[in-house]
Amino acid sequence: MGLLDKHKSYSDAYGSIRELGADPFNVKFEAVLSPTEGVVNGRPTILLGTNNYLGLTFDESCIEAAVAASRSLGTGTTGSRIANGSFGGHIELEQAIADFYGRRTAMTFTTGYQANLGILSTLVGRGDHLLLDADSHASLYDGARLGHAEIIRFRHNDPDDLRKRLQRLKGQPGNRLIVTEGIFSMLGDVAPLKEIVEVKKEMDAYLMVDEAHSLGVLGEKGRGLAEAEGVEADVDVITGTFSKSLGAIGGFLVSDMADFEVMRVVCRPYMFTASLPPSVVASTLQALRRVVEEPGLRARLNANAQRLYNGLAKMGLELGPRCSPIVAVAVDDQPRAIAVWKALLDQGVYLNLALPPATPDSKPLLRSSISVAHTDDQIDQVLRAFQRVGEQYGLLDSNSKQRASA
Amino acid sequence: METVTDLTVHQIGRTASAVMNRNVDVTAESEIGRDLGVDSLTLMNIVMELEDVFELSIPIDRLADVETVGDLAALINELRGRG
Repeated sequence: MGLLDKHKSYSDAYGSIRELGADPFNVKFEAVLSPTEGVVNGRPTILLGTNNYLGLTFDESCIEAAVAASRSLGTGTTGSRIANGSFGGHIELEQAIADFYGRRTAMTFTTGYQANLGILSTLVGRGDHLLLDADSHASLYDGARLGHAEIIRFRHNDPDDLRKRLQRLKGQPGNRLIVTEGIFSMLGDVAPLKEIVEVKKEMDAYLMVDEAHSLGVLGEKGRGLAEAEGVEADVDVITGTFSKSLGAIGGFLVSDMADFEVMRVVCRPYMFTASLPPSVVASTLQALRRVVEEPGLRARLNANAQRLYNGLAKMGLELGPRCSPIVAVAVDDQPRAIAVWKALLDQGVYLNLALPPATPDSKPLLRSSISVAHTDDQIDQVLRAFQRVGEQYGLLDSNSKQRASA
Repeated sequence: METVTDLTVHQIGRTASAVMNRNVDVTAESEIGRDLGVDSLTLMNIVMELEDVFELSIPIDRLADVETVGDLAALINELRGRG
């Protein structure tokens, strides 16, 4: 038996998708022209699935900062911070993130995935209890597994269900850590954070929020959902990423906990990975400055999201429960979802095809992420493409249903 | 007379059918992935329902050792005993 035979069911499923003439998990961009335009199969294509919320990947000041850092410090650190030491930029970036969130400590990681792996594997251990929102990102599930705590899922965005499951743990020793997200990556819905904070206090638990998709998107200062809901003081740890709004790569966490610095010598996903290269540190620092200095970016992002969400809702497509920069269209069956995805790409619109089990409700999703850099004209082109393809594949014939599917 | 394990196996079948919206016949020997066509997420959803049915916590980290319906029933019965 071959080593990969255990993955045969996935291999078969992937094969059957490719037989339909689409390879949604392996799209090749022949060129990337701007945060919102690329070339795919020789065709100019609108990028609507890149999480590039603030369009900062081509920001001149960020590019200049990255180039200057490469010239003066080289292309990489070639090792981890505990072994090879920190560059000035690492310290400066952590201070900037801590200042931005008004927290005592910040730690950076080489990816957002690793930040979640790092915090969950270190903060809770054997005998502790981790309460995960059922729709949590894979990095949270994987981090949970690495940490040996008992893992209990609670129903997505359901504080009463969370309370019930915490009550069942009564009398058992160990800490309780609740984990949820700011904006959820598939449907763009947000956690009911105020109610979750109430449960946390009532049940004497800790709370961590992953703001990967909400940093730079929600809150007056752009700090995310906890800021928008006014509950930052009750969130013990916030994690996030530099790879979406900040246009680079890397992860971070912030906290006010005393002695948090011990994390640097016990957190394996931090200790045993090469640190972020100077160029990424420099562009991220500059992108964070842009977020701080230009609150108007968020208002424009929201206006773009409304234009797309309302336009698709008017066609009667089945959308997530709330307008956010993530706009997901649910499709009933997988072959049709694949065909629609391919037809949109052929018409010059690239978005993400998300298939179960990576989606809530076991429904395929056509997932868009809007950017502040999208023009009204681009969004209207996208809407026209959806209208054409939707008619062709019978997505529009169900009498303007706009369902709260979370 | 049915044993506790039989009753638990029976309940797992009922819950799995409800979660998957199709009728599944289970025995203690049924392999959850191969025989029932249950993927990892669906298994976690079935377990979340079973937690409510039996009013207990079934940590999903314990599912690493669960291959058959009988394994899951044994885990549930062990956890019921613990409470």
